[in-house]
Amino acid sequence: MDKEVKSEILVKERQLVIPGETLARGLDYLPSSGCYRVNNELKSKLLGLVKLKDRFIGIIPLAGVYIPKTGDGIIGLVEDMQTTIWIVDINSPYDAILPLGEAVGEYVDLNRTDISIYYDIGDLIYAKVLNVSKSKQVQLTMNDHRARKLIGGRVLTITPSKVPRLIGKQGSMIELIKNKTKCQIIVGQNGVVWIKGEQEGLAAKAILTIENESHISGLTDKITAMLEKGE
Amino acid sequence: MLKASENYVRKLIEEGMRIDERKFEQFREIKIETDVIKKAEGSARVLLGNTHVLVGVKMSVNEPFPDTPDEGVLIVNAELVPVASPTFDPGPPDKDSIELARVVDRGIRESKCIDLEKLCIEDGKKVWNVNIDIHVLDHDGNLIDASALGAMAALTKTRIPRYEDEKIVFGEYQGKIPLKDTPIAVTITKISNKLLVDANLEEENALDARITIATNENGDLCAIQKGGVGFFTTEELKKAADLSIEKGKELRALIK
Amino acid sequence: MSKVGQPEKMIIDGKRIDGRSFEEFRPITAEVGVLKRAEGSAIFKFGDTYALAAVYGPRTMHPKHMQNPQKAILRCRYSMAPFSTNERIRPGVSRRSVEISKVLNEALSNVVFFEDYPKTGIDVFVEILQADASTRCAGLNAASLALTEAGIPIRDLISSCSVGKVDNQIVLDVGGNEDQFGDVDMATATIGSEDKFVLLQMDGIITKEEFPILIELARKGCTEVYERQKNALKEKYKTGEIDVES
Repeated sequence: MDKEVKSEILVKERQLVIPGETLARGLDYLPSSGCYRVNNELKSKLLGLVKLKDRFIGIIPLAGVYIPKTGDGIIGLVEDMQTTIWIVDINSPYDAILPLGEAVGEYVDLNRTDISIYYDIGDLIYAKVLNVSKSKQVQLTMNDHRARKLIGGRVLTITPSKVPRLIGKQGSMIELIKNKTKCQIIVGQNGVVWIKGEQEGLAAKAILTIENESHISGLTDKITAMLEKGE
Repeated sequence: MLKASENYVRKLIEEGMRIDERKFEQFREIKIETDVIKKAEGSARVLLGNTHVLVGVKMSVNEPFPDTPDEGVLIVNAELVPVASPTFDPGPPDKDSIELARVVDRGIRESKCIDLEKLCIEDGKKVWNVNIDIHVLDHDGNLIDASALGAMAALTKTRIPRYEDEKIVFGEYQGKIPLKDTPIAVTITKISNKLLVDANLEEENALDARITIATNENGDLCAIQKGGVGFFTTEELKKAADLSIEKGKELRALIK
Repeated sequence: MSKVGQPEKMIIDGKRIDGRSFEEFRPITAEVGVLKRAEGSAIFKFGDTYALAAVYGPRTMHPKHMQNPQKAILRCRYSMAPFSTNERIRPGVSRRSVEISKVLNEALSNVVFFEDYPKTGIDVFVEILQADASTRCAGLNAASLALTEAGIPIRDLISSCSVGKVDNQIVLDVGGNEDQFGDVDMATATIGSEDKFVLLQMDGIITKEEFPILIELARKGCTEVYERQKNALKEKYKTGEIDVES
């Protein structure tokens, strides 16, 4: 005889929760990422902030490594190559490969050409994740209008789950930083950020502040003030 | 014999059965032989089902520990020799053999079954060392209980060699090692929320968790070690304690 | 059979040698994020026992043949600093540290969602910086916090404490003197505040009747530790008011 458990949600949007904390009771609510179900309860797997959407409850982690997803735009570092592929460090426990066919449009005579003329070890690239197999083999492609080699500038890494916070609603936060510091800024979904322009240091400082205080309220105002002051 | 898969073992246990048709509280057939190695001061061979363990006791003379200057020293070591299983690699002791030795040691040491004070030769300078070496020759599960039983059986027959002119005279003896108790280790295995004793190798590969409890002649618990990944509830722990006291009595009768 | 330096009485006027009552913890400190390099880190103290834990990962697992194609692999290393005890400890691995590394790994493995990170390795390092008994308990508490801070998905925290018997009195949180001169020392750990023991080791002699009393006291103790661990996490990440903008 099944006892009907009344469904109730126990947390609010953006509430800080810890692993093992009960988020909801009853079967009406469904787990999104970062949660697990045990009996009639939905619990958090992570230290993070609650995200509610319709009947789904998810947790945005405050920390964690990047797990590649098909379609993500990422910034990676070429770390090795073989005859027809490049191996790219994408700030993840999983390495990615960029096959020759996905990087170069023209015909390449492999007998005469060393592919390092296109991308060499140490090059920074913005690429798209073409495919992630079930066994976590990651394939990249440069077949995207945003994909290119990133030259000069500087790079820093933030927690991947904080990328949406850095970008802001409709890109508002990142545009704010770009405008005030007169920099090009490209944010990879994998948490790698590339900055190039006039006040790279100030931009970096703003980004790191967002990284450290993404869970605290009043962040937008704080960043605006920091950029106005210009230091 | 076909190897039973983890899932098959679990399914059977959920239905109240074991693959070799034993009851949950039933040990496999046990054979114990003592004095099997003449060169050792004490020795025993234990056959627990197909698990085969050889234990040798060697006495040596050394300095005591600084905080117990008038007591003998107990040292237990275990070797999972490659002959015993395709999974045993040659080389220095790994975490499984270290755990095995330390668990067997715990039962013997904490029960105070060896009267270590009687093993003092010269206060603060010279004491007898009791070196118990466990050699696992064939692994079909429950190495801990087999080894602990072998160690205890060997100890009951261990004799102290003569010590003359600062030298041990091997082959000549001055009496048996002084024993005050007979601790017995019983390992209880949890599979699919059921508790059973004397898991064979296939059951061990399917286990959720195990707990080894050593008990003395008085029915007290003198050492506990939980092993394996899973967990035990309070109820399960109480049951395990009862089981280990009951089975401990049975096994003790085999060596006394 | 008394040891060198053994005090005549361990319980005087209903109080323990350090003035504590029988079910009282030594002062507990729990702090998260103490190291910059590690993905996650924490310090946990029971009185004078200091444990530091660091978590690296999930990261690529080397050597490759040790990878599990479906799960992450947890590697745990417990080690005592040479200056952590009265008598200096020789640096390196000891049989005791191998055993403790194994039981800590088994305890933590109860809660980690290994399937979320196939082929990777998660490394947990526990360093005992100062030892005054119950080191594996402090280490396990710190390791739980460090795993959480690193963003490794877990079912719940693991909470650990010791119980024992001193001059025939059952006590909570065995201190240095009590470990050395007492009768029983039992290390335990549970999944959060649940009745699920993932670590249980005992040295000493107890009767069949005393066993459930020790277990119940251990459960109470672990629950108290759990509260302290949760507070440490929430302290670090105080959010102020809820920010509506996202």
